[in-house]
Amino acid sequence: MSEILVLVEHVEGQVKKVTLELLTLARSLGAPSAVWAGAGYSPDARAKLAEYGAEKVYVADSADIGDYVVAPKAELLARLVSEKSPAAVLVAATAEAKEIAGRLAIKIDSGVLTDVVGVQDGMVAEQPIFGGGVNVRSRVTKGTPIVAVRPNSTPIEAATGAGAEEQVSVTLSDAAKAARIVERVKEAKGARPELTEAAIVVSGGRGVGSAENFAIIEKLADSLGAAVGASRAATDVGWYPHQFQIGQTGKTVSPQLYIAAGISGAIQHRAGMQTAKTIVAINKDAEAPIFELADFGVVGDLNQVVPQLTDEVTKRK
Amino acid sequence: MNIVVCVKQVPDTATERKLRSDDKTLDRDAADGVINELCEYAVEEALRLKEAHGGEVTVLTMGPDRAADTIRKALAMGADKAVHLVDDALHGSDALGTSYALAQTLKKIGFDLVVLGSESTDARTGVLAAMLAERLGVPQLTFANKVEVNKEAIAVQRVTDYGYDRVEATLPAVVSVVEKINEPRYPSFKGIMAAKKKPVEKLGVADAGIDASQVGLANSWSEVADFATAPPRASGTIVKDEGDGGVKTADFLASKKFV
Ligand SMILES: Cc1cc2nc3c(=O)[nH]c(=O)nc-3n(C[C@H](O)[C@H](O)[C@H](O)COP(=O)(O)OP(=O)(O)OC[C@H]3O[C@@H](n4cnc5c(N)ncnc54)[C@H](O)[C@@H]3O)c2cc1C
Ligand SMILES: Nc1ncnc2c1ncn2[C@@H]1O[C@H](COP(=O)(O)O)[C@@H](O)[C@H]1O
Repeated sequence: MSEILVLVEHVEGQVKKVTLELLTLARSLGAPSAVWAGAGYSPDARAKLAEYGAEKVYVADSADIGDYVVAPKAELLARLVSEKSPAAVLVAATAEAKEIAGRLAIKIDSGVLTDVVGVQDGMVAEQPIFGGGVNVRSRVTKGTPIVAVRPNSTPIEAATGAGAEEQVSVTLSDAAKAARIVERVKEAKGARPELTEAAIVVSGGRGVGSAENFAIIEKLADSLGAAVGASRAATDVGWYPHQFQIGQTGKTVSPQLYIAAGISGAIQHRAGMQTAKTIVAINKDAEAPIFELADFGVVGDLNQVVPQLTDEVTKRK
Repeated sequence: MNIVVCVKQVPDTATERKLRSDDKTLDRDAADGVINELCEYAVEEALRLKEAHGGEVTVLTMGPDRAADTIRKALAMGADKAVHLVDDALHGSDALGTSYALAQTLKKIGFDLVVLGSESTDARTGVLAAMLAERLGVPQLTFANKVEVNKEAIAVQRVTDYGYDRVEATLPAVVSVVEKINEPRYPSFKGIMAAKKKPVEKLGVADAGIDASQVGLANSWSEVADFATAPPRASGTIVKDEGDGGVKTADFLASKKFV
C-alpha cells in the first residue's frame, strides 16, 4: 500500500487529537507514516501514533527544528517526500501547518488543498468555501497531493499499526533558519482545549455585556469541557482576547457542538462556525439570524439561561 | 525603506458569493469588489513603518481591471504608488501560481519589506505570505500583531494558539499581519483627491518576467472537480425561556449525548 505522510501536531510531548483524526483518515487512503518534528518525542508518543494506525514513525526531534518559523518543518517534509515517494502528505488545517504545507508545495512543486473536511477515493478532497455556503470537490493535478485537513472533520478510530520508528537526522539549510523564534510567550488560558481542536465551543457576543460577565460563558464551557470563543463585537471592546475571535477575520471552527450566547449571527461570524455539526443559540431577540442556523434555540436572557444550563450540565454528569 | 504591500480585491462578503458554472472560478461579477479587510491592516502597518522610518510604500495587486478601485483605496489611505499586475493569462491562478506571479513581480520592482494580510476572505488559504517567503528566499514573519524595525533588524510578535512567539530576522523580509495590529485610517478627502494623481504602473505577464506556463487556470496545481451549494440546515427547535430555558437546553444536549 502506498505511504501517506502525516505531520504530527504535538504540544509538550503529547500528540494532539487532530493527528489521530489524520491517521484515521490516512488509513482509508494508504499506509500512514507519522512524521514527528521537534523536541518532546517519547516512547509514549510512538505508542499513541501506532495505536491509531501509524505503520512508521519518522522522528526528527532535534531542538532547532522548533527554533525557527515554519521553514524547518517544510524542509524536513520535502526531504521525506523525495526519499519515500508517498502518495500524499496530510497536515492539520491550523494556521501554522497550512504555512508548512504552502512552503512544502513550492519545494516539491506540488498542489496544496487547504481546509479540507474529507478525502475520497482518487484523492478527491471536499472543501467548504464562502463560510460553508458552497461545497467544492477538488483534486491536486501536479505532484504529490498536500492536503490540510480541518480538525474535527474525521471521527477518530483506533486500529493498531506497526509504529516502526526511524530516526531522521536533519541539517537545516541557512534559508530555513532565517526567522528565529527568540521567545515563546504563553498567555494563561487554564486547562481549556484549543479553540480549533475543541469538540465543543461555547461563544459569547455583545449580549454578554462585559468582560467580567464572560465568567458565565467560561463556567458553561468548563462544565462541558469546551473551549471559549467570542464574536468580534466582544473582542473589539476587549471583553475577550482577540485570539478567541471566531469568524471571517478570526478562527474557523467545526466542532461537534457550538453554543452561541448573545451573538446575533452576522454573516462574518457565521463564516467561522456554520460547519459545526450541532448549533445551539441563546438570544433574547427571537428575530436574531443565529436562530436560522440553530438546531436548538432559546429566546431568553443569557444571564438566566446560561447559569441554569451550567447547573443542569453539572448535575447530570 | 522600500515597502511593498500586497493588496487583494475580494467579493464583498455581505453579498452572495458564487463560483462560475463555466470554469468553476470565482464569479467576480456576481458581487461587489472590495479591498480584502486584512489588507487594510497591511496598508496601515506599511504606512506607519514608513512614517517612522522613511521610505516609500508601493501597492501591489494582481487582479482584473476592476481591481483598480481597490488600488485607489490603498493610495487614498496614503500609499505612494502602485503596480497593477493584470493579464488574462493570470485568470484562475491557484495559490502556487499567484505566489509565483507576485514573487516574480517583487523581484523585478525590488523591496526591503513585503507586507500582506494574513488571509483573504475569498480564498482563505492563509498561505500566500509563507509561499512568497519561500519563493523569494527571505525570512517569513507571519501572523504578526506587532512589527518593529530597527535599521536592518526586524522583530515581530507572531500570534500562536497559546499566546505569541517573538521572532527576529533581518531585512529584506515578508510580513503578514492579523486584525487588531492597528486601526486602519479612513482615507481623507485630500487623500482621495491625491490618489487620483498617483502613479499606477500596469504590468502584463511578460513585463513582469512571468513564465506564462506557470500561471492561469490551465496551469494550476489543483482543480475544482465540481461544486454544489451547501444544503440548508434543517430548521431547529426554538423555545421561549419560561424560567426553564437552561433545563430544556440541557435536555436537548442530553438527547444528542453531549451530557
Ligand atoms: C470585514 C468584516 C469582518 C468581520 N469579521 C468578523 C469576525 O471574524 N467575527 C465576528 O464575530 N464578527 C465579524 N465582523 C462583525 C460582524 O459583522 C458583527 O458585527 C459581529 O459578529 C456582531 O457580534 P455580536 O453578534 O456579538 O453583536 P450584535 O450583532 O450586537 O449582537 C448581540 C446579540 O446579543 C443579543 N443579546 C443582547 N443582550 C442579551 C442578553 N442579555 N441575553 C441574550 N441575548 C442578548 C442581542 O439580541 C443581539 O442579537 C466582521 C465585520 C466586517 C465588516
Ligand atoms: N491577487 C493578489 N494580489 C495581491 N496580493 C494578494 C493577492 N492574493 C493574495 N494576496 C495577498 O495575500 C494575502 C493572503 O491571501 P490568501 O493566502 O489568498 O488568503 C492577502 O491578504 C494579500 O495581502
